[in-house]
Amino acid sequence: MLLLPILALISFTANLTWAEIWRITTHPVALSAYRVTFFTAIYATSINGIAGVAVAWVLVRYRFPGKEIIDGAIDLPFALPTAVAGLTLATVYAENGWLGSLLAPLGIKIAFTRLGVGLAMVFISLPFVVRTVQPVLQELEPELEEVAWCMGASRWQTFRRVILPPLIPAILTGVALGFSRAVGEYGSIVIIAGNIPFQDLIAPVLIFQRLEQFDYAGAAVIGTVMLLVSLGSLLIINCLQSWGNRINQRP
Amino acid sequence: MNPKNIGYLHPKKLIQPAQNSQTQVSNFEVALVVAVILFVGLVLFVPAANIFVGAFRNGWSGFSRAVTSPEFLHAAKLSLMIDAIVVPVSVIFGIVTALAIARHQFPGRTLLLSIIDLPFSISPVVVGLMLVLLYGRQGWFGPALESANIRILFAFPGMVLASAFVCMPFVAREVLPALEEIGTEQEEAAKTMGANDWQTFWRVTLPSIRWSLLYGILLTNARSMGEFGAVAVVSGNIIGKTQTLPLFVEEMHVQYQTTASYSAAVVLGSLSFVTLVFKKLLEAKKTK
Repeated sequence: MLLLPILALISFTANLTWAEIWRITTHPVALSAYRVTFFTAIYATSINGIAGVAVAWVLVRYRFPGKEIIDGAIDLPFALPTAVAGLTLATVYAENGWLGSLLAPLGIKIAFTRLGVGLAMVFISLPFVVRTVQPVLQELEPELEEVAWCMGASRWQTFRRVILPPLIPAILTGVALGFSRAVGEYGSIVIIAGNIPFQDLIAPVLIFQRLEQFDYAGAAVIGTVMLLVSLGSLLIINCLQSWGNRINQRP
Repeated sequence: MNPKNIGYLHPKKLIQPAQNSQTQVSNFEVALVVAVILFVGLVLFVPAANIFVGAFRNGWSGFSRAVTSPEFLHAAKLSLMIDAIVVPVSVIFGIVTALAIARHQFPGRTLLLSIIDLPFSISPVVVGLMLVLLYGRQGWFGPALESANIRILFAFPGMVLASAFVCMPFVAREVLPALEEIGTEQEEAAKTMGANDWQTFWRVTLPSIRWSLLYGILLTNARSMGEFGAVAVVSGNIIGKTQTLPLFVEEMHVQYQTTASYSAAVVLGSLSFVTLVFKKLLEAKKTK
């Protein structure tokens, strides 16, 4: 059930000649789509890497009014259908939207540009970093920090040398999960982007367009590329997770 | 500043440390908390609030007209029907797989674990593409299906398959850790007291995993109602025939029927909200 479709895709691609595969994979539109997809996803997940750690930090280490609401809201991108997310982000950040109109005078256009794609990616991958870092932060023992303070470390030193190291596997795992989700995202991005080749066309949308035109070969080749990326990400995530488990079990 | 003397609304009184032995937060920490609240507000809350605003822009009558239109009703019915099939299938698959992995050693066990996580990392469009290549006219099963006059693509069965694929991991992933944590003692005790396999499962195993199972069902339900990419590819998105609610949202948006689009979005968004609330409740139950 799970494997059969994957085999079908790979064998379909394998049936094409290598020359065809190469031509389709390196088509300028495809190359630009990969570029837009991967680089925007990298920027977006890097932002989330930092912002997600900050959010997890704030949620674990402080009590403040509204904390439970924010904690619950973090899962919103997880539970919200991607089409709804795309719709509302596109409206709010459009030039006449609530937030878009604030940014328009500064010359910053978000909807229908690569920035919009990045925003959608930040939206949908935010929970991954926060939810992987939160438990690890929670389990850190306060005594370790207090020992560091006793020994004269400043707050920044304590953070950098005592708190941050155990968090690194979790942060990287969360970023990898978010990246793999962002790269494959379709629903929210297709609504917020103009889907113009060479500008903000991402690979999943390109696959969809090829399918609409019944270009099965084109869709299959690009789909296989995306599939290989997905499998690679899965492998990296598994390695990161087992690294993280090994580190956190050291006495 | 003495914490007892500053006013109730002062940030340093509102924001308190929660873990270590600090008594008061520094200015930097106040700024950090405020920055995080702003960030979450801009990225999450404002768009979420906008869903409700957009739906009721034309007042209650605009909203009710949109949700009683035949296209909306058909889309809602379709989404619910798919959901009604996908959730039980996922539950059965998830429990069987989790039981197999947790309770037995067999060659390929770790491989099976990784395969379960596959739908998480594959793009939904690629999922749809794979199904098209499998069941389409040029696909492996295409000719066989055509001669039997069974339509999978651009019809209900294909959409169910697409949704089932992307929802497969949830139940298995939630139930597996619970099964491993609970261990086999209770099951073995039941066996020594003469229970057969089904009785052991129904009366010992199942109740012990019920909260994780419910959590998995909740996530499966949310995902299957909201699935967009895979269903969009497989269904052909024919309005009134093979259009689910998320596809309806996009179609209305593209046709500039904003109220209709937002009304459907509000319905889906409320479902998400309910999902989040239940999620919080179940999380508390799970860790008890």
